[in-house]
Amino acid sequence: MSGAESTRRTGWLAALGAHALLAPAALVTLVPFVWLACAAFKRNEDFFTSAFLPGGEGVLGVAWERLTLENFERLFGTLGLGRAIVNSVFLSSATAALATLISALGGYALAAFDFRGRRAVTGLVLAAIIIPPPLLIAPGYQWLFRLGLLDTFAGLILPAIAPAFGVYLFRQACASSVPGALLEAARIDGAGEARIFFGVALPLLRPMVGAFILLTFLGTWNNFISPQVVLQTPDRLPLAVAIAQLKSTYYQDYGLLMAGTLVSVLPLVVLFMSLQREFISGLTTGAVKG
Amino acid sequence: MGSAGAAPWVLLAPFLVLSVVFTAWPLARSATLSLEQTFGPGASRWVGLENYRHLLSDPLFWKAAGNTCLYVCTTLVVQLPLSLGCALLLNRPGLRGRAVYRLVFFSPALVGVVFVAMMFGVIFEKRTGLLNQALHAAVGWDLEFAWLQGWVMTSLVIATLWQYMGYNMIYFLAALQNVPKDLSEAAEIDGAGAARRFAAVVWPAIRPVGGFVVLLSVIGSFQLFELPWILLNAGAGPDGRGLTIVMYLYQQGFEAGDLGYASAIGWVLALVLVGCAALQRRLAREEVTA
Repeated sequence: MSGAESTRRTGWLAALGAHALLAPAALVTLVPFVWLACAAFKRNEDFFTSAFLPGGEGVLGVAWERLTLENFERLFGTLGLGRAIVNSVFLSSATAALATLISALGGYALAAFDFRGRRAVTGLVLAAIIIPPPLLIAPGYQWLFRLGLLDTFAGLILPAIAPAFGVYLFRQACASSVPGALLEAARIDGAGEARIFFGVALPLLRPMVGAFILLTFLGTWNNFISPQVVLQTPDRLPLAVAIAQLKSTYYQDYGLLMAGTLVSVLPLVVLFMSLQREFISGLTTGAVKG
Repeated sequence: MGSAGAAPWVLLAPFLVLSVVFTAWPLARSATLSLEQTFGPGASRWVGLENYRHLLSDPLFWKAAGNTCLYVCTTLVVQLPLSLGCALLLNRPGLRGRAVYRLVFFSPALVGVVFVAMMFGVIFEKRTGLLNQALHAAVGWDLEFAWLQGWVMTSLVIATLWQYMGYNMIYFLAALQNVPKDLSEAAEIDGAGAARRFAAVVWPAIRPVGGFVVLLSVIGSFQLFELPWILLNAGAGPDGRGLTIVMYLYQQGFEAGDLGYASAIGWVLALVLVGCAALQRRLAREEVTA
């Protein structure tokens, strides 16, 4: 047996071995999603007798008639979860758009201009990245209280739209994909600074803009501790807090809780799966290039 | 490089102003706040280093610190090795279905920790939960097994493993792109075993990014809060077994109303995290000079 042949054979076996490990792991990863989708349509008593869908006489051995939309009717009816969805969509979109714009402006300034104080500001940005968020919870809360911003959307959005990490990412992206000569040429052509940023630099930064919008949207949607601390009025709560509160009242109402969780999770998972290429590349940029 | 002028400062202004108001000021304030005792956000009195002195002899704080450290250790010895293992399997040249695996493993990272806690709160239930039902069907497991009463830490590890294994895997996969292909092929042809190839070729190449992933995971794990808090119904669980440092910070600041004591806890946490970051930098530097 030649060396190459044996390598090929072991390669084939090894590939099979890899699948034998990866496929079950992938299955286990997907099961909670499938289970969640089933649980949201189940009556409470059926949780005792079935893991996924209740068994019965129907197609595929499932008692389809036992499934119910009642969980969703209660969520969107008396429990008013629609309001929480609107709040989450608003908070996440506003935060993502503003944080991306401000980060892009700052990162561009640090990468494309040579000015006194540039090193100092860059150092501050890097220092700000390592501040652990829990450190700012207590003083931030007291500060919002003094500013009269407790229980307002502004109190939630304003502290979240100047992320040092974003400035750093855009500075890196600018340095690698916006050539200084191009900006200089635009300047010589007499273009104003605003036009150069929006017309020349920003289009070149498109991949990072897309990735950072997604990253911030997801982070805001899934954020719990800030809205939990800042907001009080039930009408203003985003999904993360509203769903968690649901648990304290209806903790044994499994179908209801899982319907609420499904509604909170499904739109994002679908959205991000379709945009995953951009998202994942943006996610790893900081780690690999930094 | 553009010449100086006001342009870069105008571009940086939104970031700088918001950072001063919502990061720098609360950060400075948290230092003085940690020397005060407060009664809600409005009233306080100066206590000097009393908060820190009390912290060192506070059995609940040590309980929280112990639980958190244990959790961080499980991240290091369970979650990260599995993530790396998955990445290595996926990185096999010519593996079919890599993109699908990648997407599947990554998908739980899109689910916010609150929603993960909601799902696993029901999955871990005694008779009605998926985990006991599945284990019962497979190996005759006790349906009454009380995950959230007796096995809090194990439950946390299982839930986080589901959520973050694929997320860290993405970083490791990116790092594996740095492994020189010809070198690993040469080692394979020379008949070096998998373990030797990993130690001699793969590990040195992924160490820089690997160290960064480890650091990020450690920092993130030290800030564990929402998962146990929601799993255990807005509390620390039986015997405080799910109490973490940030949960204790939250309870002291927002349930007991002492933002000063909460700030002191925040500073101790920040110190630990900066220590971890410094340690990682040192190890990385030793690596370069060695």
